[in-house]
Parts: sequence; C-alpha cells; structure tokens
Amino acid sequence: MAPTRDEQLWMYRNMVTSRRFEETIAKIYFEGKTPVFNMANGPIPGEMHLSDGQEPVAVGVCAHLAPEDVVTATHRPHHQAIAKGVDLNRMAAEIFGKATGLSGGRGGHMHIFDADVNFACSGIIAQGMGPAVGAALSRKMQGKPGVAVAFVGEGAVNQGGWHEAMNLAAVWNLPFVCVIEDNGWGISVAKKTASAVASNADRAAAYGIPGKRIEGNDPYAIYEAAGEAIARARAGEGPSLLEVETYRLAGHFMGDAEAYRPEGEKDALFAKDPIPKMRTRLLDEGVATEADLAAIESESDERVAAAIDFARTSADPVPQDALTRVFAA
Amino acid sequence: MTKTNERKLTIARAMAEAVAQEMWIDPKVFVMGEDIGPLGGVYGNTRGLIEEFGPERIRDTPISETAFIGAAVGAAQDGMRPVVELMFVDFFGVCFDAIYNLMAKNTYFSGGSFKVPMVLMTSTGGGYSDAGQHSQCVYGTFAHLPGMKVVAPSNAYDAKGLMTAAMRDDSPVVYMYHKGLQGMGWLGTEAGATVHVPEESYTVEIGKAKVVREGTDVTIVSLGMGVHNALKAAATLEGQGVSAEVVDLVSLVPLDRDTIRASVAKTGRLIVVDEDYMSYGVSGEIIASVTEHNISVLKAAPRRVAFPDVPIPFARVMEQYCLPNPDKIVAAWDQIAAA
Repeated sequence: MAPTRDEQLWMYRNMVTSRRFEETIAKIYFEGKTPVFNMANGPIPGEMHLSDGQEPVAVGVCAHLAPEDVVTATHRPHHQAIAKGVDLNRMAAEIFGKATGLSGGRGGHMHIFDADVNFACSGIIAQGMGPAVGAALSRKMQGKPGVAVAFVGEGAVNQGGWHEAMNLAAVWNLPFVCVIEDNGWGISVAKKTASAVASNADRAAAYGIPGKRIEGNDPYAIYEAAGEAIARARAGEGPSLLEVETYRLAGHFMGDAEAYRPEGEKDALFAKDPIPKMRTRLLDEGVATEADLAAIESESDERVAAAIDFARTSADPVPQDALTRVFAA
Repeated sequence: MTKTNERKLTIARAMAEAVAQEMWIDPKVFVMGEDIGPLGGVYGNTRGLIEEFGPERIRDTPISETAFIGAAVGAAQDGMRPVVELMFVDFFGVCFDAIYNLMAKNTYFSGGSFKVPMVLMTSTGGGYSDAGQHSQCVYGTFAHLPGMKVVAPSNAYDAKGLMTAAMRDDSPVVYMYHKGLQGMGWLGTEAGATVHVPEESYTVEIGKAKVVREGTDVTIVSLGMGVHNALKAAATLEGQGVSAEVVDLVSLVPLDRDTIRASVAKTGRLIVVDEDYMSYGVSGEIIASVTEHNISVLKAAPRRVAFPDVPIPFARVMEQYCLPNPDKIVAAWDQIAAA
C-alpha cells in the first residue's frame, strides 16, 4: 500500500527534522574539540553516532506505528527516536547531559528512553532484540494492542543474541518485527567481510518467518514492506524480518576519519541522498508544492533550533544526583 | 519442641507456593525459564504451577538465556512482572549482557521512567561433585554490579517471604537459592533449611539481615548454606565455652551493614563464611563494612572462611577440601583466640 499524502509529508518532515538535528549536533559536537580533538570536551562530550542518510528506514517503519507500539533502537538512534515521536527538547537535553534530559543526564545519546512513546535504545549491538521480543510477549499475554519493532544494524545479525531473539519471537508467534538497517559498514568492517550471506532477509528462513530485503534506501518501498510486516504482526500472524539497504553518510562516530571507505564511495552516496530525492519526487508527483516543502523545512529548522536552545539553556544536573534512580522509586 | 500447626516446607516448595499465591492475585506475574513447566523446575521450585496456571503463564523456554532474560526485561518494562529462572548461576556467562547491561541499568538510564520489575531466580552452590561450571555461587559478582537487588535465603520461611517481596518489588531482584538447601534429596539436602512456613502470603524484607543465633564472643556472618555451617560451628564452640552470634545476611543488595556492625560491636570478633570465591567478594565487603566504620570495635583480626581462588574441582575430596565447613569455622575461631 502506498503512503497517503499526509503520510508522505509526515515522512518528509521527519526526515528533514532528523537531518537538521544531526547537522546541528555535528556542528556543536566540535565546539571545544578543536584544534585538538578530545572526546571529553565541549558541550556534547562522549561518542556521537549520527544517522545522516538512514532517515528513510526510520520514517518508512514508524509511519505505521502509534505511541503505544514499542521500539528498541541502537547506538545510532536519533532518526528513529524522532520518527517515533520522542520529545525532541528532552532528547536534545539528554544528549547535552542536562538535568532536563529524558534521563536527567544519566544516559546520554546512546541511552534515549521515552516511556510516553515506548522508545528505548542501547549501546551494544543486537541488545534491543530481547527487550523488544519481551514487549511483544507482554502485549500478546495481556491481549493489549501494539507491536514491537527492533531496529538493528546489519552487523547485529552475527550476534548470538540476535538469533536467539528471532527464534523466540518465531516459536512464540509474537507481534514483532526486526528491521535491519544495512548501511554496509560495521564501524570499519564491510558487510561482505563479516556476513556469510548477502541478504540477511534470507536468514528469516531459519525461523520460518517472512523475510524481505528492500533496496535503494527508498522511503516509499520501506513504507510498503514495513506496512505489510507490521500489519501481519498486528493481526497475530507472527514476526517478520526486514533488511533495508541504507546509507551511512557520516562516519561511524564523530571523529571517524573513514579511511576504510573505498575512494569515491561517499560522493556516490551523497549523490543518492534520500532527502533531496524525496523532495524531487514530492514535487514531480504533485504531492506538494515548493511552498509546502519550504514550510516543512523551516518548521523543522525551528523545531530543531528550539530543542537545541532548550538543551543549551538547561541547567547541568546536580552532581550528587548521580547517586539516585539506581532502583525504582 | 514441636509447634502446634507446624507446617514444614522445603525451600523448593516454599518458592513455588509464593509464586502461586502471587499469581492468584496479580495477573501480571508469570514464570519463564528452562524446564520450569511440566518438569516443575530442575530444583522443584516451580512444581505444580503449570497444572494450575497453564503454559501461557508458566512458560518453558528454549535453551536461550540471552533471549528469554532479555525478553523478561522488555516484558517487565511493558508492565508485566516476570519471574525468570537461570537454571544454574554458572550459566550467566552466556547471558550476562541482558542481566547487568539491561535489567540492572535501564531504570537508571531512563532516569527512573522505565521500571524493570522482574525476579531472576538462579541456583547456586556445590558440594555434590558437579564440577566448575555447575557449582559456583558468584554472589559477589552479582552484588558488585549496581542496579540489581540480590537475596539468598537460608531457609524455607525466608525463601517464601523473599520471593513474595521480590515479585512485588519494582526493581529487578536476583534471587539466589542454594541447591543444597532446596530439599531435593538427590542434592544432599541440609535439614535445617526445611522449616515452618505459614500458609498465608507474607513478605520478608529485602535488605534486612537476621541474627539467627545470639552470642557474645564472636560474630559469624554468612548467607545461604554458610548459615547452616555457621550454626553447626556455633554449637561446637558452645561446647568449648565460646558464645558465637550468627548473622544471616539474607540480602546482599541492599546490605544490612547496621546489623553486622551492631553485632561485631557487641562481640568484638568477626568470622565471615562465604561459599563464593575468597578474593574481591562478599567476605571482603563484610569486613570492610566493619573496619571502615569503626575499626576499634575489633579485638582481633577478622577471619574469612571462603572458597579458595580456584575453579571448583570435580573430585569429591578436592571439592570438599575447598568448601567452607563447620570445622574450618571452628579453626578460624582458634586462630582468633590464639592471636
């Protein structure tokens, strides 16, 4: 099923918001880190994994999700968080390590949790699989609506935990979808060097569930495939596996020199940047006018600017609050 | 003296009873793990539950600890209250990421907006020649990592009350039960663990130690099986005119340092008995709790009776050589007395 006009504009809006957010974070990240790069310096210390180029996966899937649906994401979570509807101000504040952050500064950018929209992410590869499968189990046992989606990278499929969770979801026929974002790189290791099969959709056969690979980083194709998988999960017909070809336009983390990339790869990827591509399509197909899109873009800019402003002007956490919230209140 | 209406249960029966009683009143409680269904748990602690609650809520899992413990985290975060069994604590090696990076940390990482109300019950302990991958305690390993409550009952009364308390706790609780205390005959059961258990549901406070024997000359602190060894040693010492107080920790996290300190302040001497490895573990922590608080209460250097820092050997004579026992505790007293 093709996305409606509203859905297309929603997808474009979230892709743009995500990209503008990442571009802004990237700029701020280097504050205090030049001329000498020291990860601990600046208003955003620590590792930073940006999702530029991978936005189609987030919007193509999350277009089908409501706040009640559960998403677990990875160490590269911003695009998915934005598409899932995570509070952007509090997410930005968390990335800055501020008291107003989603977790009051305890988690940072790899540990974004927003209970209001059932979003969580974590920093270790394939780690979100078990919790997403468990959330799906919970919905099934309680007879409550909602499906669970685990986003993972293509590198995650070689973790034992990934296979274990796929099997558990299948053997219990749970409302679960695993979405593999295949950006071709596990940090510096190319997919073909790490994985024995070219398409991870083939691995679905091992669990007796449907598997599909979507080429081209195309939000429309992702929307369609995700729609089928999620509808299947909602109907109680069990889990599915999707692998989506996507592009990591940034390095693995900020500061990554990316010397491992073949010459010309990044230029070729930028030439296929999904955001201008979608923009052109929206105009060509008469879905939106130039003015519509310009409005979406400026609204996205404003939203990002407001979130960054909220983060920057928020207070640092009280240091001794580090000792709180270890256990449930 | 026989109590009227005495109702002696094994720890295994007490655990199953606690779970059943909670499942009657809370539909969010369910159990999953390996062989916890028709088999009733390898250590009997889920016996009878599947007949009563069915396979949806008493859920046998594949041999896939990473998946089902990770799934328990997700189910708990989504409002359920899973009770999950890790059959042998030694198996934590295949699934520790789900335990200490997810279960233990998500409350903190989320600033408290996500709760992980789950119980991870797991068997500990050796003494029956099952060698080094099926006999460990690793109490200190779990207690060391923040974000998990850790309890270890020494008897059926505490076992039932701690299980009920653990299921009602909004934080993850690691419930470490000792195989030798379970009341499974084939594991060489310690008779002292089978005690009177009230029929009605009740809780035992997590984080509160118990003085299980009062004395004035020395404090013996232990947990699980070690409590029974300590009580036997105390009986021997009594025959020698030495009055030993025995503290059952009951809970490692939170650790009831006040009760330990109060006892040592009274006796002035301390022996810690721990079936876990000696170094970097519970025994060192207990001693530090006393000495860094007020070293002047000690009339002699504290002693430890713990498993030496070697993998647990198979051969019966080798394992028994390494394990704590009442004689070693009495010998520790002799060293204190000679000092």
